[in-house]
Amino acid sequence: MKTIKSILLLAFIGLSFVACSDDDNAPAPVNEEETITTMRITLVPEGGGTNITIQTQDLDGDGPNTPVRDISGNLTANTTYTGSIVFLNETESPAEDITEEVEEEDDEHQVFYIPSGSISSITYNDQDGNGNPLGLAFTLETGAAGNATLEVSLVHEPKKPNDGTLTDAGGETDFTDTYAITVE
Amino acid sequence: MVFSNKAVIIIAFISFFPIFGNSQQCEYTLSGQVMDYHQKTPLEGATVLILETKMESITTVNGVYTFSNLCSGTYTLEVSHPECSTIMMNVRVDGDTEIEVKLEHHLEELDEVKVVGNIIRDKTNSAQEETLNLNTLENYSAGNLGDALKELGGVSSLNTGANIVKPAIHGLNGSRVLVLNDGVRMQDMEWGAEHAPTLDINSAGSVSVIKGASALQYGGDAIGGVIVAEQARIPRRDSIYGKTILSGVSNGRGGNIVTELTKSYESGWFIKGQGSYKRLGDHEAPDYVLSNTGVQEIAASLQLGKHHFTWGWDARYSYFNTEIAILRASHIGNVDDLIRSINSGEPSIIRPFTYDLQNPRQEVTHHLGKLKFYKRFEGLGKLNVQYDFQSNRRFEYDIRRGERDNIPSIDLELTTHTVSTDFKWDTKDDINILVGLMGRYQDNFANPDTGVRRLIPDYEKIDFGSFLIGEYRVTNQLLLDAGIRYDYNKIDAQKFYRTSRWEERGYDNDFQDLIVEDLDTQLLVNPVLDYHNFSATVGGKYITTNGLQLKLNYALAQRAPNPSELFSDGLHHSAARIELGDLRIENETSHKITTTLEKDFSTWGILLEPYANWVQNFIVLEPTGVEFTVRGSFPVWEYRQTNARLLGVDFSAYSNWTDHWITEHKFSLVKGQDTDTDIALINIPAANWRNSVTFSKPEWNGFEASLESQYVFRQNETPDNIMVFSPQQQEDVVLEINTAPDAYHLLGFRSKMEFPFSNKTKLTTTLAVSNLLNTNYRDYLNRQRFFADDLGRNFTLQLKLNY
Repeated sequence: MKTIKSILLLAFIGLSFVACSDDDNAPAPVNEEETITTMRITLVPEGGGTNITIQTQDLDGDGPNTPVRDISGNLTANTTYTGSIVFLNETESPAEDITEEVEEEDDEHQVFYIPSGSISSITYNDQDGNGNPLGLAFTLETGAAGNATLEVSLVHEPKKPNDGTLTDAGGETDFTDTYAITVE
Repeated sequence: MVFSNKAVIIIAFISFFPIFGNSQQCEYTLSGQVMDYHQKTPLEGATVLILETKMESITTVNGVYTFSNLCSGTYTLEVSHPECSTIMMNVRVDGDTEIEVKLEHHLEELDEVKVVGNIIRDKTNSAQEETLNLNTLENYSAGNLGDALKELGGVSSLNTGANIVKPAIHGLNGSRVLVLNDGVRMQDMEWGAEHAPTLDINSAGSVSVIKGASALQYGGDAIGGVIVAEQARIPRRDSIYGKTILSGVSNGRGGNIVTELTKSYESGWFIKGQGSYKRLGDHEAPDYVLSNTGVQEIAASLQLGKHHFTWGWDARYSYFNTEIAILRASHIGNVDDLIRSINSGEPSIIRPFTYDLQNPRQEVTHHLGKLKFYKRFEGLGKLNVQYDFQSNRRFEYDIRRGERDNIPSIDLELTTHTVSTDFKWDTKDDINILVGLMGRYQDNFANPDTGVRRLIPDYEKIDFGSFLIGEYRVTNQLLLDAGIRYDYNKIDAQKFYRTSRWEERGYDNDFQDLIVEDLDTQLLVNPVLDYHNFSATVGGKYITTNGLQLKLNYALAQRAPNPSELFSDGLHHSAARIELGDLRIENETSHKITTTLEKDFSTWGILLEPYANWVQNFIVLEPTGVEFTVRGSFPVWEYRQTNARLLGVDFSAYSNWTDHWITEHKFSLVKGQDTDTDIALINIPAANWRNSVTFSKPEWNGFEASLESQYVFRQNETPDNIMVFSPQQQEDVVLEINTAPDAYHLLGFRSKMEFPFSNKTKLTTTLAVSNLLNTNYRDYLNRQRFFADDLGRNFTLQLKLNY
């Protein structure tokens, strides 16, 4: 009986020690470094004129709030624009430029632009290390005045080279949005 | 039970002093059949001894024994057989009596070390219960526990590929299924759909499944059931023995090796060491390589102790480490990626075969330490005291940008201490009572260095449990049992919520006082939740005079919500969905009724097991809406509570057509319904029909060959598909997330031969082929069914050396 009692005693002392080790340390918050909150395209018309920005911003990341879309103005018909795109993580301050990571891993990324309507073409102005398109710099040409849509997607680990469609490229979508644009 | 015969006899005499009745009544006969416990075949040459009268009878070819000229009264029978463990039983003779005796035919150890006593005892009296013996477990030496358990009726699994197999009992899995590993309840983050039990199948001597919550000694929340993995018994004699199993597997181009060695002493001391290593590369479907589906597993255990009949102790440490690569094509970005995967019919990424384990992958390490002490008190019963420690560390690596491939996205460390004690009061002939207490402390640490918001928060949990179970033998034909259990759970969590999520959930109305710190976009919150759970069971077993066995059991079980159901909050990449838990979730309550009808005839037998399970406040995860992020739109899956009903039946039959030919037939069906909405429950296994024919010829080196057919029906009862907005198509589209794949039929083959070298050494060779016809198929309960076909043909060659 003595043995049992001492074992029981030891066991319960052990448990109470463990139970008392409650140090209530507050956990550290996690800063999500990879989150993309913001995509911003800047279109500079050749031969001068107003720059146009197209932006999507979702400051709570995967949270419940809906991304906010903003297009600064209408595009001009029959114009060539030089385009650039940036991806930002604005949950950090100052905002982290995710575009740099995309550039560093250019062979694992591609930005896809799929226009319709009055945007007549989009051509890539940059390449990854293997000579395949990357899409951080591009040229956009508008046609006659009218309505247009532009779908923009950043894909991680797509098949490269691909035929320019998302279906062929596969991979994971890190960003996607579609914009209704007026060309006047 | 391993103990000396002397002790048994003394106990038998003390406990059951024979009652000799009227002197003129000494003309009764006692007869019956001695059968093998597993194969249900008659045992010839078994010795049946009546201790009180020293009368002896040797069984005939048909296993029949007879005693005549007995007086009415209670007798103690000792039944022994050269190949089986000896058992003692009490019988009451009151008129001519027939008693059937089942012996545990544990060929494995008996061949090698002549062990006495390896009775795998039933854990319950009246519940549905089935056991996998060592032979079957060894067939799955290169597989995993979940696959082996599917040999049992009513057991299925929820898979993530071939390496992550979560057992499901009567259609329920995860926290509703308890896993007991050598008396220790596994604390291995069973709440996750892609978390398999961290238990090496090679470390178990037998695995029993109790299909319900009736085994209250293990826990009161087993709404699905309990899986009990036990160690093989170690004989109390001077001996040393071991075995090594080497398996080669064609699909995955790898294999595994298992080795174990046991040393035991007459004095009661023993020590046993065991280790296993498994390595497989990419698996293959019939038409393509399943890229990134390799696995590596390392497990080891050491056990030592001293066992006497009156007291003993043992200590065990086990280590389990697994690294599992997850199908590359199953890691996707948004709904359009998922739609593309579903429509394309083959994985988006197929690379040449490799052994490399790349991202996405998971790595899990489980340490388990246990210390147990028991003591028998003469004229009272047996006391057990146990302490166990578990540490479960889980890393999940995702496809990440930047230099983050070696930083896990999930890094959780779950530490558990448990102290338990129980006392079995078993001195009365007809009543057994078991009482027990349990205390548990658990700590979960979610490492913030992942750079990804925590899926499961830091928490501390305290559990307390107590139970009382009784068994009452009314007559030799009727046994009744009943039990009650109370459990208290308290969970103290520290979780960061996005402020936007906190408000969207409505927590700012209900739980604003829980906020500890406001970090502007994030809130640190300290929910402290407690739950009281009551469970109970009552049942009976009745054996009619012609051998029909009837069991009826009712079990009430209550389960507190798990951390995933309470705290989930984020995007799940493999499922392209946002999963949301709810702090308001209460415990769920199950009422389950099971019945068993079993009858063995001379050459055949049947088993029919219908059941019904009504669950109040059943916690389901189901799609409720859509949220938009910069990655596109995602369906939102929320945990909510409803009422559910599960109805099912398991049927099995066997027939010995000749001495050499046996056929076995099994059918399982379960139907799950949300009774509030009248919609089918998700992830309920489809009906399953298995038939096998086995030819055995022991004189040809123990030759055995069997062919098995498995037909899995299509699951026609699923929840509806959901509509989501496709950014690419700019319109709402149907996401066929709930459409079940077609029915399929698989053939399997297995053959075995044994080559004894000496009386101590034996080589057993096994050749098995699964998916013999290389059939293309997908299974409803495989989470990777959206992305790729299931496994193609696989050859397994196994060499086992016992020494």
